[in-house]
Amino acid sequence: MNFSTRLDQIFVLLQHWIEGFFPHWLQPAVGAVVAVIAIVATFPGIFAVTTVLERKGLGRIQNRLGPNRVGPLGILQPVADGIKSLTKEDIVPRSADAVVHFLAPVVLVVAIFLGYAVLPVGRNMVLMNMDAGLLFFFAIGASTELSIFMAGWSSRNKYSLLGALRAVAQMISYEVPLLLSSVVAVMITGSLSTVKIVEAQSGFTGIFPHWYVFTPWGFAGFVLFVIAALAETNRSPFDLPEGESELVAGYFTEYSGFKFALFFLGEYLGMFSIAGFAITLFLGGWGAPFSFLGFVPSWAWFFLKLLAAIVFFIWLRGTLPRLRQDQLMNFAWKFMLPMTLLNLLVAGAWRFLGDGWSRWVICSLVLLCAYVLLGRVLMRHQRLGPRSYRYAE
Amino acid sequence: MTPLAAFLVVAALVFAIGLAIALTRRNAILVLIGIELMLNAANLNLIAFWRFSPHANRHNDGLTGMMFAIFSIAVAAAEAAVGLGLVIAYHRHTKTTDLDAMTRMKG
Amino acid sequence: MIFGISIAFLLTAILTVLGALAAALLKNLVHCALSLTVTFAGLALLYLQLGAQFAGFSQILVYIGAVAILVVFAILLTRGAGIPEYRDFSSSWLAGLVIAAAVFALLGWAVARSFPANIAASAAPAVTVQSIGAALMSTYVLPLEIVAVLLTVALIGAVIVAMPESRTPKSGAEASGGK
Repeated sequence: MNFSTRLDQIFVLLQHWIEGFFPHWLQPAVGAVVAVIAIVATFPGIFAVTTVLERKGLGRIQNRLGPNRVGPLGILQPVADGIKSLTKEDIVPRSADAVVHFLAPVVLVVAIFLGYAVLPVGRNMVLMNMDAGLLFFFAIGASTELSIFMAGWSSRNKYSLLGALRAVAQMISYEVPLLLSSVVAVMITGSLSTVKIVEAQSGFTGIFPHWYVFTPWGFAGFVLFVIAALAETNRSPFDLPEGESELVAGYFTEYSGFKFALFFLGEYLGMFSIAGFAITLFLGGWGAPFSFLGFVPSWAWFFLKLLAAIVFFIWLRGTLPRLRQDQLMNFAWKFMLPMTLLNLLVAGAWRFLGDGWSRWVICSLVLLCAYVLLGRVLMRHQRLGPRSYRYAE
Repeated sequence: MTPLAAFLVVAALVFAIGLAIALTRRNAILVLIGIELMLNAANLNLIAFWRFSPHANRHNDGLTGMMFAIFSIAVAAAEAAVGLGLVIAYHRHTKTTDLDAMTRMKG
Repeated sequence: MIFGISIAFLLTAILTVLGALAAALLKNLVHCALSLTVTFAGLALLYLQLGAQFAGFSQILVYIGAVAILVVFAILLTRGAGIPEYRDFSSSWLAGLVIAAAVFALLGWAVARSFPANIAASAAPAVTVQSIGAALMSTYVLPLEIVAVLLTVALIGAVIVAMPESRTPKSGAEASGGK
């Protein structure tokens, strides 16, 4: 095995080496435990890095420095945050429902960690290669809505309840475009298994990869998936349920200390896992962007793409204003749902029009016309003034 | 592999508990919860029989049990939506969800 | 393995039945709805143990992800989270309990009588999502379309039934005769 393959498969080889210490009948269990430990160590580590990145990045976008006291340039801030959240007093309101109040963050974190089981982070590096892997991920994602409701209701606080109901309504509304926009990739691949979807995108024509994002329906699907993913994880500009200026802290108003840290962790981990799925479905998973870059390990490409996605999400958070609840719901039901359904039609047409330049032109034109028409129809009553700019002096 | 009888007994138990909820509780929403439990118990029966059926001689690729269960899940969800809509509408009219008080049709 | 029953099945079955019992006996409606969710999860685990992957994940997606949330929303909209002004159990609760016990006894008797040899499982059927999709499009296309129409009708019906009446009386007949 030459050096680049060995580097590519280094974690798989490590797992087999650890398995070798155990008797034969115990080996699958040990392999699974090693993989789970790797997931539980990696993604919270990325979470720690992301908190610093986000606060510094948002600070710079908003024309200020982020945290810069702890460690050089503030990069040890997660350590300080971790110590703070572990040592803060855990206050439970007296009239709160204690059992449900305790279980809500637990259910959230468990459900989110379960979703990482079908994410292929590299060649041969997926915890469970399930036949219906994508369905498993979406099913688990639907369970997180219930934990948010539990958190909001058990606090017996009007702000929490309002925030929880808004969050659940938002998540349910955006679940449909999320699922429909991912069905396009499933349709063209012919399988619900995430490993097969990545493998279907791993070919090259010339030096350009076969990623689905480079096709008209794939690009539309990717954009729609990312918008729905932002709404599913309550990220700006869809963060009205936890808007700091609106609802104190929304559904986790009454949580302090470690439980708040668990919610925070769960939210960011959910963001990573759904970004990972966007990468798997449309951006080629662990595939290299150009054929001559194949010597870089597959897991390195995956994490590079994940980093790019995280930076993009942070950028969006700092740039776009928050959407109001009714604008949010209108957008989901009146714009995204018709676009995803049309995307399905276009992907089917793509498959049956055969190879050649005609299908590119037809599919792109259909999607572009639909986008423009739908936008015009939905915005016809808005009276927007001319654009003006104001700069901080 | 666990014998078929075990799955059927569990399904019968859940069905009986759902029936008890539907017959003894007073809140209309709890009755709907009981109905959902009964439908789920029937689904479990369907899937258990699908799994334990002999696959050598079958039409339709032997997927009948699974298909029935999947359609049943979809129909049960639709029925839950309509039933809960009815309960909400009734509550808006009479401000109560007490089944023992829902004895007349006159508004 | 006790009497041929695996430990995983035993634990999941206990979880399911306990969830159902909790849904029957708890006083607080939201707690009942949450224990119903636990029952749904237990049933999904049972489907997975039976090798029905697609049915198990659909159960989680539809029941836990949608029906449980629907039930919880309905409870909140009818203000059932507080203390109700009426008692929990209906006045004829004993009759209901007896009927449920009789039904369980009948079903249990039917199961016990008809399985003298306790059928063991054949090899697990290799069902892929692709075969389910193919079956849905070929043999079961009529039920699929009918279920699609049914879901659309249910969607529109639920929205119309639960929609609040408009405040302004459009006409005298409608205002007095409506509902």
